[in-house]
Amino acid sequence: MRFPENLKYTKDHEWAKVEGNQITVGITDHAQSALGDIVFVELPKVGRTLKAGETFGVVESIKAVSDLYSPVAGKIVAVNEAAVGEPSMLNREPHAGAWLVKMELTDPASVNALMDAGKYSSFVESLK
Amino acid sequence: MKQTALIEEHRKLGGRLIDFGGWELPVQYTGVMDEHLACRSAAGLFDVSHMGEVLVEGADAEKFLYHLVSNDVAKIEIGMAQYSALCRPDGGIVDDLIVYRRAKDRYLVVVNASNTDKDFAWMQKIHAEGGFQCRLENVSAKWSQIAIQGRQAETILQSLTPAKLSEVKTFRFVENTVLSIPAILARTGYTGEDGFEVYLPWAEAPRVWQALLEKGTPLGMKPCGLGARDTLRLEVKYPLYGNELTDTTNPLEAGLGFATKLDKTDFVGKAAIAAAKAKGLARKLVGFELKGAGIPRQGYKLFDPDGTTEIGFLTSGTQSPSLKKPIGIGYVAANRSEVGTKVLVEIRANKIPAEVVPTPFYKRPY
Repeated sequence: MRFPENLKYTKDHEWAKVEGNQITVGITDHAQSALGDIVFVELPKVGRTLKAGETFGVVESIKAVSDLYSPVAGKIVAVNEAAVGEPSMLNREPHAGAWLVKMELTDPASVNALMDAGKYSSFVESLK
Repeated sequence: MKQTALIEEHRKLGGRLIDFGGWELPVQYTGVMDEHLACRSAAGLFDVSHMGEVLVEGADAEKFLYHLVSNDVAKIEIGMAQYSALCRPDGGIVDDLIVYRRAKDRYLVVVNASNTDKDFAWMQKIHAEGGFQCRLENVSAKWSQIAIQGRQAETILQSLTPAKLSEVKTFRFVENTVLSIPAILARTGYTGEDGFEVYLPWAEAPRVWQALLEKGTPLGMKPCGLGARDTLRLEVKYPLYGNELTDTTNPLEAGLGFATKLDKTDFVGKAAIAAAKAKGLARKLVGFELKGAGIPRQGYKLFDPDGTTEIGFLTSGTQSPSLKKPIGIGYVAANRSEVGTKVLVEIRANKIPAEVVPTPFYKRPY
């Protein structure tokens, strides 16, 4: 299980990569492993505004449906159509090529509330 | 949670263990897709020891089962198996099962794991009411069951048994040995592939499992969990109790007409099922293919193309690993059940186009 140090994490098993006023969001290695073979991804339209914790899409494996939750408040500025077209990417490279959306932050400080890699890996451990 | 005799084998193989109706069983080992495709292309190995086994033995065994289940057990010879439904007097399905005839007066009845206690109590009740001269014994805790399914199944299993498996035809079985262990070897299964289900004494399962893995792995066989078992059966539209079959579904609307013999002099539920047939079935179980983006799932509602008239619901659905398409099974109003009928599946906030298609979705090419 990988927990890249350069990312921030949520209890809903999403990661956020912070770059200035923008974040890139995806699902974690733990999430893709728990879901199994991912076969469907549904993402929002560019321009949609999200509250922290709001559902913005769906990831489905053969067995399960899993909602995606916005890590923080913000506006969708890009979605990864490649991941929608080839959902198995999420199993192969959840932390890189299979990012899901990019968001412009409502409040740049809001990302400080997210977990760092150490905290998230302890959190995942606590679920076992 | 209850465990099968193979729990340590599942752990060794890295199986992801879940609670399946009170049984600790692997949902997957390497992945549902991988296991599913291995079973379709070579073979899959399944621990199905959680299934229930009931022995029915004695002078009235045939008479009792004739009365108890929807199919005609008098028609099967020794060494034959038969699929059947266990119905309530109102025609609702208590369970679906397979009856194996071991002798003139000895049968094995195999039922769904989660229904074993309910079924056995039901059988005892019907048995007592009719005063039948036969003995019922629930041997579920004494018997393990291993299924080996796929085109390589015969070759792999043959290496462990003196039985001539090529002579065991579909829905036939032999009582022989596997690794010198007494076993029933039945050419039955739940995947749509050729293959066998092997019944053997509970504690002997690990030896047989290990030997099958050793012989089968070089041929492409993989151990398969409950996830692949579900997608494999779904692709061939085999019903699953709790999804397609419930105590409020009638065997005819569920597509079990082939196993529901209304020409029998009697069986529990016959009058109600015959009455429903005479009235005309209100709904039918059919297969769908989704034409838009999404994955059909159990419980999703079905609508007419106008988007407002609800016409049914899905009982199962998945992304088909073999066909690479979203497929589903569900009940629709009988007048919407023709192949080619266009419907909408409600998936979250959207209604996605789908079409009634011929089933099985997948047919084995050999």
